[in-house]
Amino acid sequence: MTVEQLRKIAAEKADLIRVRRIVREQAEKLAPRTGYRKQVLVCGGTGCTSSHSLQVIEQLEKSFKELGIDDILIVKTGCFGLCALGPIMIVYPEGAFYSQMTPEHAKTVAEKHLVKGGSIVKELLYADTVHEDGSVIPFAEIPFYKHQMRIALRNCGVIAAEDITEAIAAGDYSALAKVLTEMTPEEVISEIKASGLRGRGGAGFPTGLKWQFTRDAKGEKKYVCCNADEGDPGAFMDRSVLEGDPHTVLEAMSIAGYAVGADEGYIYVRAEYPIAVQRLNIAIKQARELGLLGKNIFGTGFNFDIHIRLGAGAFVCGEETALMASIEGKRGEPRPRPPFSAQCGVFGKPTVLNNVETWASVNPIILKGSEWFSSIGTEKSKGTKVFAVGGKIKNVGLVEVPMGTKLGTIIYEIGGGIPGGKKFKAAQTGGPSGGCIPAKYIDIGMDFDNLVAIGSMMGSGGLIVMDEDTCMVDIAKFYLEFTADESCGKCTPCRVGTKRLLETLEKITSGKGEPEDLVKIREIAEHMKSSSLCALGQSAPNPVLSAMEHFGDEYEAHIKEKRCPAGVCKSLLNYYIDPDKCRGCTMCARNCPAGAITGVVKGVHEIDTSKCIKCGQCMANCKFGAIYKK
Amino acid sequence: MTEITFEGTPEQAAALKNCIDEHRGEAGALMPVLHEAQNIYGYLPFEVQTVIAEELNVSLAEVYGVATFYSQFSLAPKGKHKVSVCLGTACYVKGSDKILEAVEKQLGISCGECTPDRNFSIDSCRCVGACGLAPVMIVDGEVYGKLTAKEVAGILGKYLED
Repeated sequence: MTVEQLRKIAAEKADLIRVRRIVREQAEKLAPRTGYRKQVLVCGGTGCTSSHSLQVIEQLEKSFKELGIDDILIVKTGCFGLCALGPIMIVYPEGAFYSQMTPEHAKTVAEKHLVKGGSIVKELLYADTVHEDGSVIPFAEIPFYKHQMRIALRNCGVIAAEDITEAIAAGDYSALAKVLTEMTPEEVISEIKASGLRGRGGAGFPTGLKWQFTRDAKGEKKYVCCNADEGDPGAFMDRSVLEGDPHTVLEAMSIAGYAVGADEGYIYVRAEYPIAVQRLNIAIKQARELGLLGKNIFGTGFNFDIHIRLGAGAFVCGEETALMASIEGKRGEPRPRPPFSAQCGVFGKPTVLNNVETWASVNPIILKGSEWFSSIGTEKSKGTKVFAVGGKIKNVGLVEVPMGTKLGTIIYEIGGGIPGGKKFKAAQTGGPSGGCIPAKYIDIGMDFDNLVAIGSMMGSGGLIVMDEDTCMVDIAKFYLEFTADESCGKCTPCRVGTKRLLETLEKITSGKGEPEDLVKIREIAEHMKSSSLCALGQSAPNPVLSAMEHFGDEYEAHIKEKRCPAGVCKSLLNYYIDPDKCRGCTMCARNCPAGAITGVVKGVHEIDTSKCIKCGQCMANCKFGAIYKK
Repeated sequence: MTEITFEGTPEQAAALKNCIDEHRGEAGALMPVLHEAQNIYGYLPFEVQTVIAEELNVSLAEVYGVATFYSQFSLAPKGKHKVSVCLGTACYVKGSDKILEAVEKQLGISCGECTPDRNFSIDSCRCVGACGLAPVMIVDGEVYGKLTAKEVAGILGKYLED
């Protein structure tokens, strides 16, 4: 394919894509030019398909046949970000945002809204998009989207994820065309350097510098790799990019291939992401068919092709040397550095490895320029960052904001706050390698350096919100269980250290903790940080250390008072019945598997704490909230 | 090709041979072949590992080393119905440990085990990425979200009837 042919494909569908990006009035004017009266976008990402969005599409197709609708385009997209409300469906040009769709709802919308002369079914819209007076707010203006700035996710939830022509119309591959026809490899690298882009996978290393090192390395054969082994539990932005806009990754890898002098690339992706793998396979096939991957791309003599390698459930493979060992078909164990992968990477050749989200930022930097990109964010952290916001928060989902955005903005304005009127206690970032941000830092600007300064880290951008019901000792134990389980066992500080830390935390949560345990934890942590082979072991103590620093009183309560203030650690809890609230319905006694509850009908019941196994069944079954634990 | 002496069918053996032929000579072929082999057999029995080692011309120790390193590869057969409870952070803070407890209690086996009739096996997993639905449980690829421990029995019951 030539650059002119690429432009022609982009022009053909440009209006179709534009309708999905602009405000309602303009979209309504533009819509007739697209050849479709309306467009219905349904999320086909993992979150929404798990709640049956594909059946919603099937029902729409069926209804369209029955109602004789043939002028509406149905588009299966990637993630819209607001996963808590899935399945999500958006109708353009109105920008009507339907949430929690079922096939029945789809039928109703088809019959009442999508037919000619129909109007929006307000009661099925996401409640935040309807004013009290009944007027509809375009979804881009609701708090969840208003504060966001989508660069890496710019095409997710906008284009049909399995259609390369829509990707091209949305701008994919035009940066590659520009690079191959107008720029030298050196110019590409200095543009990326000037943008200030830092790796989004966790370490935050300057991307341009990484490319420079690989370009400077001696060797005929070089590789470009993509780290899509998103192992940090609770982070799913990489998956969403792969599901929503896989071509942006292929394009950016090709650009890096040109810049560093590589002709082959590998994408190492988690096998737990079947939809992402499938979309990548489709994307690679389509790109090869159009000549956007392969030999002599755009007739410039540049060759580049990409292969997929599946992970197999090993967290350590997110570490670069382990990932490369795994690509080579070996056990995914890290090795000491130097040599660094820029000199000695996959199959011993110079290799540049970047994370999915980093790749997704390359196209806009090339097209809009490094100056534009570096104008966003903070002094040392440029651009935007995607956070996967989860846990005890109303709007669970993916959020992309400029670096430096306040934690409070993410949690309260975008995230909608904590459900159930509970109090915000801490946010955990950086997953098993990171730490927690206590409520007093609610005004902290989220960027690489600020987070490190308070003992946490950006990591890949998982942001788990915790409320007063979360025990910080238990959470630290949870992360240690994870790292102890995932430690590859190659080096002793990590293999033994994670195990010893976990044992100490188990001791504390079971009520057997002693004051010396806290000293021991610090000592083990020190050794792990200084002498583990890779980042997994070096950072594994972080969740404990940061919890001890910010929530020292909770550790003290567990150890000295044998009490769990959040009411989580079973061994330290007893269940009681509030005699004022108990109505004597016998529900608790009938559901108690240990026969620990006695009482007569309509009489106050009582729990025998010596028999109680603390399963919580009574509490779950009590309709009067009469059972409490302390 | 070595004869497979366990309960494999000729179709499975042919499929394995096909897959090995496809990857033969490719750099780093072992991982993709193990993935395929597990798809074909449901697990990686010793006999299958032997075939792979011989055909790819690597030592059995290396195949075994790789197969045991990664948590997704299983050396033991799984149940007819595979139950997996997510213990990723987002699910954990929403109480997925209680879901796992309920599953274990209902099936009478622990996580990582298979029922004696080979009908069910339980595993835990780390984040399927459906964090908006937390806590989640996956049965044979079907995701059940926003679960409470109470609902577990009913869901597993549906699979018991099959």
